[in-house]
Amino acid sequence: MAILGALNPMLTVGLNGDKAWRLDDYVKRDGYSALKKILAGKMPQDQVINEVKKSVLRGRGGAGFPTGLKWSFMPRAFSGDKYLVCNSDEGEPGTFKDRDILLFNPHSVIEGMIIAAYAMGAARGYNYIHGEVWEVYTRFEEALDEALAAGLLGKNILGSGFDFELFAHHGYGAYICGEETALLESIEGKKGQPRFKPPFPASFGLYGKPTTINNTETFAAIPLIMNLGGEAYLESGKANNGGTKLFSVSGHVNRPGNYEIPLGTPFPILLEMAGGMRGGRELKGCIPGGSSSPVVPASIMMDCTMDYDSISKAGSMLGSGAVIVMDETTCMVKALERLSFFYYEESCGQCTPCREGTNWLYRIVHRIENGQGRADDLDLLGSVTTNIMGRTICALGDAASMPVQSFVKHFRDEFAYHIEHKKCLVPPDIQRAGSGFFKATV
Amino acid sequence: MLDIEIDGKQAQVPAGSTIMDAAQLVGAYIPHFCYHKKLSIAANCRMCLVQVEKAPKPMPACATPVTSGMKVFTHSELAVTAQKGVMEFLLINHPLDCPICDQGGECQLQDLAVGYGGSASRYQEAKRVVFHKDVGPLVSMQEMSRCIHCTRCVRFGQEIAGVMELGMANRNMHSEIQTFVGRTVDSELSGNMIDLCPVGALTSKPFRYSARSWELSRRKSISPHDSLGSNLTVQVKDNRVMRVLPRENEEINECWISDKDRFSYAGLNSAERLQKPMIRVDGALREVDWNVALDYVAHALKDITKTHGGEAIAALGSAHSTLEELHLLQKLTRGLGSGSVDFRPRRRDFSADGKLAGTPWLGLKLAQIGQLDAALVVGSFLRKDHPLFAQRLRQLARKSGKVSLISVTGDDPLISLHAQLTVSPEELTRALAAVVKAAAQLTNTALPAGLESIEPCATSQLIAQSLLAGEQRAIFLGNVAEQSAQAAQLHALAAELARLTGASFGFIGEAANSVGGYVAKALPTALNAYEMFAQPRQAYVLLGVEPELDCYNPQQAVAALKQAALVVMLTPFKPNAALDYADVLLPTTPFTETSGSFVNCEGRVQSFNGVARPLGDARPGWKVLRVLGNVLAIDGFDYDSSEQVRDEILAPDSLFVDGLDNGINGLSFSLGAVTAGLQRIAEVPIYFADPLVRHSDALQQTRDAAAPTARMCAATLAQTGITDGAQVRVRQGQAEALLTARADESVPPACVRVAAAHASTATLGDMFGAINVERA
Amino acid sequence: MLTTESLKKIDREIAKYPPEQKQSAVMAALAIAQEEQGWLSSEAIEFVANHLGMAPMAAYEVASFYNMYDLKPVGKYKLTVCTNLPCMLSGGVDAGEYLKQKLGIGFNETTPDGRITLKEGECMGACGDAPVMLVNNRRMCSTMLPEQIDKLLAEFE
Ligand SMILES: Cc1cc2nc3c(=O)[nH]c(=O)nc-3n(C[C@H](O)[C@H](O)[C@H](O)COP(=O)(O)O)c2cc1C
Ligand code: SF4
Ligand code: FES
Repeated sequence: MAILGALNPMLTVGLNGDKAWRLDDYVKRDGYSALKKILAGKMPQDQVINEVKKSVLRGRGGAGFPTGLKWSFMPRAFSGDKYLVCNSDEGEPGTFKDRDILLFNPHSVIEGMIIAAYAMGAARGYNYIHGEVWEVYTRFEEALDEALAAGLLGKNILGSGFDFELFAHHGYGAYICGEETALLESIEGKKGQPRFKPPFPASFGLYGKPTTINNTETFAAIPLIMNLGGEAYLESGKANNGGTKLFSVSGHVNRPGNYEIPLGTPFPILLEMAGGMRGGRELKGCIPGGSSSPVVPASIMMDCTMDYDSISKAGSMLGSGAVIVMDETTCMVKALERLSFFYYEESCGQCTPCREGTNWLYRIVHRIENGQGRADDLDLLGSVTTNIMGRTICALGDAASMPVQSFVKHFRDEFAYHIEHKKCLVPPDIQRAGSGFFKATV
Repeated sequence: MLDIEIDGKQAQVPAGSTIMDAAQLVGAYIPHFCYHKKLSIAANCRMCLVQVEKAPKPMPACATPVTSGMKVFTHSELAVTAQKGVMEFLLINHPLDCPICDQGGECQLQDLAVGYGGSASRYQEAKRVVFHKDVGPLVSMQEMSRCIHCTRCVRFGQEIAGVMELGMANRNMHSEIQTFVGRTVDSELSGNMIDLCPVGALTSKPFRYSARSWELSRRKSISPHDSLGSNLTVQVKDNRVMRVLPRENEEINECWISDKDRFSYAGLNSAERLQKPMIRVDGALREVDWNVALDYVAHALKDITKTHGGEAIAALGSAHSTLEELHLLQKLTRGLGSGSVDFRPRRRDFSADGKLAGTPWLGLKLAQIGQLDAALVVGSFLRKDHPLFAQRLRQLARKSGKVSLISVTGDDPLISLHAQLTVSPEELTRALAAVVKAAAQLTNTALPAGLESIEPCATSQLIAQSLLAGEQRAIFLGNVAEQSAQAAQLHALAAELARLTGASFGFIGEAANSVGGYVAKALPTALNAYEMFAQPRQAYVLLGVEPELDCYNPQQAVAALKQAALVVMLTPFKPNAALDYADVLLPTTPFTETSGSFVNCEGRVQSFNGVARPLGDARPGWKVLRVLGNVLAIDGFDYDSSEQVRDEILAPDSLFVDGLDNGINGLSFSLGAVTAGLQRIAEVPIYFADPLVRHSDALQQTRDAAAPTARMCAATLAQTGITDGAQVRVRQGQAEALLTARADESVPPACVRVAAAHASTATLGDMFGAINVERA
Repeated sequence: MLTTESLKKIDREIAKYPPEQKQSAVMAALAIAQEEQGWLSSEAIEFVANHLGMAPMAAYEVASFYNMYDLKPVGKYKLTVCTNLPCMLSGGVDAGEYLKQKLGIGFNETTPDGRITLKEGECMGACGDAPVMLVNNRRMCSTMLPEQIDKLLAEFE
């Protein structure tokens, strides 16, 4: 069981059976009761959407966009096909929550999607699953079979006359497919290259049809909201930050893993749930919302609460809720070098600033790390990032730039030291000790 | 209409416009690379970033829709900074090898870099190296490091050519334009990618390194190949044509030309050009002076008329000849007392002659094709016969027009078709008749006599339905329909179908002057193009035709020529195969070295001037015919210019010819029997269709120029006991050809597809007709 | 080109999409072809393209875009190590180095006996279990410290 702990759990409550992913286990935990209520009572579509609006559920995929509002963008009167897509591509470094939701509670996502499809009148849906997690894909397909057999999916769901077909689409290794329009291109059988927006998916989505895309965790929260009521859900979090959220904690902590906490929980509590700092070392910095969010130095981080607004005030983003913890053994130049390599490697290559700029950024950070930095490199980094940001087709350009800007801003001395002394401020053996890899053999 | 403001200028633009559209309306220039008005919007180069009031970041003009009251600044500090930033990114990995680049002087990147590039590069890393690729004889991908990933070439393939030959493989900065595992680019429209490429990544292989763009003079011309009359810019250096480019004309070729139009110029400079008149003396052709040759011809023709009468002479022109040439040819022939003159060597059925209401033509303007709701094309190798006509239909189908095809092979037109019927040449009339009958049934109209026995199939009903729905529909008869032994029946059936459905109908036309030949009255009052060989004459005058390649039945034509007392050829090329039947060769000039006019399929008159001086002693055909008329003392041959000739045919300054009418009267339907035994299907391969393309070495290296094979479907192969790849003897009449058999499911049963117009099949007979195939 | 079993699997994927959207199954079809043949030859890519009615180049674009397709032959075992930052903080890079030394090869190389190919991967969505590695695109191995790596290598015959 990889969901290691929770405070006031909602998403993960009761997830302790050894076959928790089975339909019967889910039903025992009150699963599909929300769907049944909606279908039996023929709840008006608007009412479903209103309930989601009231919950102030914000998208768990990264941008934190209010889900109810997004749903209301779907054209009502449109008579042709409409699609619903779940984004389980989860490629943002540090994020591994959707994997566990799908492994241990897949029916919560299926139920959430059926309710969403009902609310928006979509007859077909896809769940796009990250390429590297094969067992998640097979697990989800098994869950789909179970739901289909139980009359929860397909034609005339539970005798209500409502049809919804749902399929799994397996990714094959491209971070960019997490970007919603790249994901749509990928389902269409093309390279995952993001589309220029407008038009937005709600008017021109999958196969050119109106489409809504939400993150796995977003859908998983829907049954809870419908059961509890939107207001109660909101209250379990914090104003403007409804509900609980899964945080994937990785890096220099004793017990890396997923933790469910109400939005608004102080960061030190989360850190403590994750077993505290590895080896009792000092926190140096933290990336609070997945690799694309700006790094936050320890002092500021310790004062944050874990919710969209607080993290944003700290100059970063809650993003996907991936908390990457770095202690004093971390070389910030090396950390940034690895992230810059990631964005350079994962740029889809279509738009000029991202294709050329991510490569350039990586080359500069790489040469600083390798003792070939130049005096004006930090300014150059700043200038290249400004030439990328806001000028690309999708947000990967920004995602690649924000780490660079924030690392250089908060750890400028360390970068300057690298350039000047052609070596790292943190001695190599200390860096090596940090990972704990050789602990067993050394 | 929306009110917006661009750089302080007020403008009204239609809803749905982008900022780029709007800027073009007000005449503001926004730099761009990936945007192209004929291609889908990719918004990937980001060069067109502009400032929009209230928008937090710069917006790509090519992709951003205008909204009411929008204020756009194309040259504000924000916009220019963004544009400069993009330019820096574009240049960091670009080789900056302008001095040795073919695109130098006409490169959008070079032009814009002057305005937007920085002076020194801040990028000090090694540049990306991209390996060159060999993609065939026309397009060079030798310097792919210059590529800026605008994907225009890829989108062109997908959207305009209808085939995705190029793609962008890989991702990130390793993205690379390439073909699938080193394949060649074979589209008949491929050369347009060279024009579209904003840098020097895709260049013209035949042109590479032969001249710098600023050394070339640019002259207007008209393509002499297919019936569109594509507008050309011909670029000349030292009296030599170095390159041919499209001249934009939205009504005709838009901004495209086919590879045939673009690369045939290589034939102009071919070593096979005939540069001096020649006369057969003691069995061999000898070079002589013009006056000797003309005297000889005049005397010989006079002798023959004296002893055998004028009807012993026949004259055959080509639909690639100019209006003026064809006019003088028919005038000369008639002056000699013969009515045996024609310009349609690939025809078999002339029974419509004398029953036509006017000059046959397309039936509508080319530009109207885009507005059609439905179109039916009958008997055409569409893509290869008429690349750009096919392209218009492709665009029509892309935006939901219903395009149907009735053809004699299942070749992929790269058009998403509404319906397709593939039948043997003999069944073509029945297939069209089935659609006529279906239309009659659908409209509850009495069926014309002769069609009672026809049973419309589901596909013919589908086609008839499409022709009955919507505002504008059209029926087009292609080359095969015109070459068919039942051409007049097909003509009458199409007329009937048009009457029943309210669609327009017409002929796509084989060549640049297929309509012009009628206008010039290069038409028989005695023997037609087929009969003049079936009933051998004493003398032949051939203008721009190579009979063994250009005639419906080359076997019969060559036999007639061999027995004739006199064969005079007016030709730009030394005709190898003809050496044993030609008595006189008079070197005439190709379209680049003469003035003249073509009348395209829509009846549009397009006159042009020579762009280069005649090569050697070659002379424009109209001048040669004029002098011949003078030497023969025939009246009315005193012209000072080709314009004078034209004015004798057309009202001055006509844009379109008068008398266009596809009506046909007094023909009753008789669909003909379907014979047992194998039938030949002869397409005219795109790069063998006329003498000029046949002499273009560049085009002759393409896959489309591969030697003909004998293609049959598996059932026919099995029936004849032949296997794929076997050597076969193909026989028509007394002669045969040795070919390789190929399995090809696009060929209907009991048919053998053997191309015409190629030396290896020049011994054979009728293009469509009985044929024997046996193991060699 | 492909076994009937693979074709059946591909048909099952095609059925997930609207009938006129067969191309949507290209990723799955390429994966199935690769699983059967070990890697994606251009013949296999062309076969898949024709099967789905798409241009071979369009299928090649897909095959060359996504990381998990192998356009060159790989060893019987393809071992992909995540070295991205979250894994790096818990030994991902060290694990890569350890493997390079043990196997005597670098990333994107195959052992001389053709058994094992080593690859460097991007985030696999399993950072809590770092260091993580993936065997043949399918089997995720968690907390791969030296002892566990040795055990895994011993399993590969
Ligand atoms: C480069 C990039 C990668 C992304 N990756 C993911 C991802 O892996 N999972 C995800 O749910 N959203 C991802 N997103 C966000 C999606 O585009 C989209 O906003 C989200 O799926 C919407 O769902 P939500 O509203 O429920 O959050 C990514 C965005 C970008 C720009
Ligand atoms: S920003 Fe990068 S990933 Fe996004 S479209 Fe542009 S090139 Fe592709
Ligand atoms: S022209 Fe607009 S992005 Fe290229």
